[in-house]
Amino acid sequence: MPDNKEKYAKLQEVIEKHKGERGAVMPCLQEAMNIFGYVPQDVQEMIADGLGTTLSEVYGVSTFYSQFSLKPKGKHVIGVCLGTACYVKGSQKIIDKISEELKIQPGDTTEDGLFTLNATRCLGACGLAPVMMIGEEVFGRLTPDLVPGILDKFRA
Amino acid sequence: MENLVKLTIDGVSVEVPAGTTVLEAAKKAGINIPTLCYLKDINQIGACRMCIVDAGARAFGAACVLPVSNGMNVKTNTPKIREARRVNLELLLSNHDKKCLDCARNQKCELQQMCQDLGVDDVDKYKGKMNEYDIDDLSPSIVRNNNKCILCRRCVAACNKTQAVGVIGPMGRGFKTKIASAWEQPLNDVACINCGQCIAACPTGALYEKDSTKAVWNLLSDETKHVVVQPAPAVRAALGEEFGIPMGTSVTGKLAAALRRLGFEKVFDTDWAADLTIMEEGTEFIGRLKNGGTLPLITSCSPGWIKFCETYYPDFIPNLSSCKSPHEMEGAMIKSYWAEKEGIDPKDIRVVSVMPCTAKKFEARRPELSHNGMQDVDEVITTRELAKMIKEAGIDFANLPDEDFDPMLGESTGAGVIFGATGGVMEAALRTVYEVVTGKTLDKVDFEAVRGTEGIKEATIKVGDLDVNVAVAHGTANAAKLLDSIRSGEKTYHFIEVMGCPGGCVTGGGQPIVSAQKRMECDPKALRAAALYNEDAGKPQRKSHENASVMALYKDYLGEPNSHLAHELLHTHYAARPKYKK
Repeated sequence: MPDNKEKYAKLQEVIEKHKGERGAVMPCLQEAMNIFGYVPQDVQEMIADGLGTTLSEVYGVSTFYSQFSLKPKGKHVIGVCLGTACYVKGSQKIIDKISEELKIQPGDTTEDGLFTLNATRCLGACGLAPVMMIGEEVFGRLTPDLVPGILDKFRA
Repeated sequence: MENLVKLTIDGVSVEVPAGTTVLEAAKKAGINIPTLCYLKDINQIGACRMCIVDAGARAFGAACVLPVSNGMNVKTNTPKIREARRVNLELLLSNHDKKCLDCARNQKCELQQMCQDLGVDDVDKYKGKMNEYDIDDLSPSIVRNNNKCILCRRCVAACNKTQAVGVIGPMGRGFKTKIASAWEQPLNDVACINCGQCIAACPTGALYEKDSTKAVWNLLSDETKHVVVQPAPAVRAALGEEFGIPMGTSVTGKLAAALRRLGFEKVFDTDWAADLTIMEEGTEFIGRLKNGGTLPLITSCSPGWIKFCETYYPDFIPNLSSCKSPHEMEGAMIKSYWAEKEGIDPKDIRVVSVMPCTAKKFEARRPELSHNGMQDVDEVITTRELAKMIKEAGIDFANLPDEDFDPMLGESTGAGVIFGATGGVMEAALRTVYEVVTGKTLDKVDFEAVRGTEGIKEATIKVGDLDVNVAVAHGTANAAKLLDSIRSGEKTYHFIEVMGCPGGCVTGGGQPIVSAQKRMECDPKALRAAALYNEDAGKPQRKSHENASVMALYKDYLGEPNSHLAHELLHTHYAARPKYKK
C-alpha cells in the first residue's frame, strides 16, 4: 500500500496528464477513485485547482455519477445483484441477511472499515442466481444461511 | 457584407444574419417566444424547453439554441406547442412551493408571469413528491431558497461565466438535483464574493438579498438615535424603474425627497464621498507615480471586486488603493467631521447606506472599516429594498417633487455622479489627476475611451509629458482576464479601475431586476449609465477638486489629501482570504 504522500503524487501525475483536455474532470475522478478508494474534499480541491476548474464543478460531477464515492470504501466491497434473475431467485433476502449481519444499510461501510455493502445491477452471471461479488470473487446459488460463513472468510 | 438568412416564422418573413437563433429572429418578427432558462449572452442552453418551436423536424426544437437556416418555416403557436409548453410549465410547478404572496419576487417573477401568459389554470395538476430544502440565509448578502428553484442554471452561469467565481453548480442527479455549493456548504462558507449577480439572473424568488429593511425601520423609530442616510450614485439611475418610470431616467431629486419622507434626519449623498475618494485616490496615484510605488494602482470602490482579489488574486493586494469605498468614507466622515460640527456623540449616530450592491452588506461588517469600535456604516439596504420601504410607507414616488441633498456631505460634482457606471471612477480620477499634475485646465472633461460596455477598455492619456496607461474592467471574469495579462507580462498599466459587476454599479446585484425578455429588448448597462452621464453633463462642477464642501472638509478638518488624519479615517488594508474553508 502506498502511503498518502505517494497517493497524492500519483494523483498529481494524473492531473498533469489530463490538464487542458476537454472533459478532464471525469478521468481524474476515476483515477482518484482507484488511488484513494473515494474522492474526499482535499482530493477534489486538488483536481479543481490542477485542472483550473471550480470545486463546485468537480463536486457536481462526483455526485452525478454513482461510481464516485464521497466516503471511504471498506476493505472488501460486497455487491449483491438485484438484477431481474437474481431478484426473482431471492437476492433481496441475501442483501437483508448481510445488512443484519454487518449492521449496515446498502451504500454504507462498517465502522471497522472492513466491508462496504452495495446493491448492484446485473452482474452477468444469471445462471448462478442469486449472485454476489466480494472484491473480485463471485458467489452463486446463495441462500441466507450461507452468508455468515462467507463473511467470516473475509474477517480472517 | 453580412451573410443574411431568410426564413418564415408564423407566416411572417424575416431576414437575419446567419448564426442568429430562432428565438432572436422571432423577436425581430414581433413574436415573443416564452423562455425561462435563457438569459441573453449569459445562459443559452436549451434546458427548460419552454421555447420549443416546430421547425419541421421530427421533434420540437428549443428556439434559444436553434440556429436559423435559409427557407426555414417555423411555427411557434400551434395547439401541440401550446399544450407541450403548458405541460412543461405544470411539471415545473409540481416541484415548486408556489408560495407567491410572501415571495421576494411576487409580481416580478418570470415563472409567475409565464403561468399567467400560458394560461395555467391548475397549479396542482401534477401532485406528487416534492423536495423540501432548508433556506440558506447565513450569508450577510444573499439568501438561497431552493424550494423556489426551477434548475434553470442562470445563477450558475452568472457565477461561473460572468464572474469567474463558480461557487455554485448543479449537484446530484435526477429528482435530487439542486443548485448548491460543493459539499452543500452554505454560501457564507465558500469563496462567494457577495456580488449578487446570481440574484440578478434568477427568474424566480430562489435568490434574494438578506433583508435589512426591518433593521432600518427599527432605527427610524428610535428617537435616541440620529439616523442619517446616503444613497450611492447608481441608485438614482435605476430606482425609478420600481415605480414604472422608464429605464434610463435619473430620479435624483425624488430620491432625496423620498428618503426625507421616510424620516431620516439627514439625507446625505455618497456622490459627495465619491468626490472625496477621487481626492484621496488621485493623490495616492500621483504619490505612487512620483515615488516609485506599486503600480498599477487598482481602484477599491467595489467590495465584490475586493473580495475577489483577496481570494483569487492575492498577489495583486499591494496594487489595491488603500482608499475605503465611498460610502465607507461618507460613514467615517459622518461619525467624525459631521458629529463634531453638530456636537453629536458619534455613538448616537446610525448611518444607513442605500446601495445598488449586495456585497456592500458584507463590506459594512468588515472589522477594519470602523473607528473607535464603531462601524463606519451601520446598515445597508439595496435599491430594491429602498423601493419596498417607499411602497410600504405609502409614498407616491412618481409624483414627488425634486429636492436637494443636505449640505456639508451632500453636494457633488459630475465626477462623483459617474462613479456608478463602468469607467466612471477612472474618468473622474483622470479629470482631477490631469489638472493637479499639469496645473492646466482640461479643455474637454469627457474621456470617451473609458466609457461604454466593452468588457475591458484601455487608453493612453497624456498627462503633461507622461503617457499614463489605463485600463477599465467590469465583471470579475473580465478583471481576471486583465490581471492574467499583467501577470504574464503581456500588458503594463499605471492605473486600473475594476468594478465587480458587469456594467458597474448601475447593474449591480442590488438593483431592480430586469427580466430576460426585457434584456432582449434593451441593454440596462448602457441605458442606466446614460442617465448618470447626462446628469454629469448638466452639473455646474464636473471635477472632484471643484467640490466646495469637500474642499471645506480639508480646510477645516483633514488638512490635506492623504494627511495623517485622512489616512486614519479614510484608508484601509486588505488580507488574502482562503479559497476553501478547512
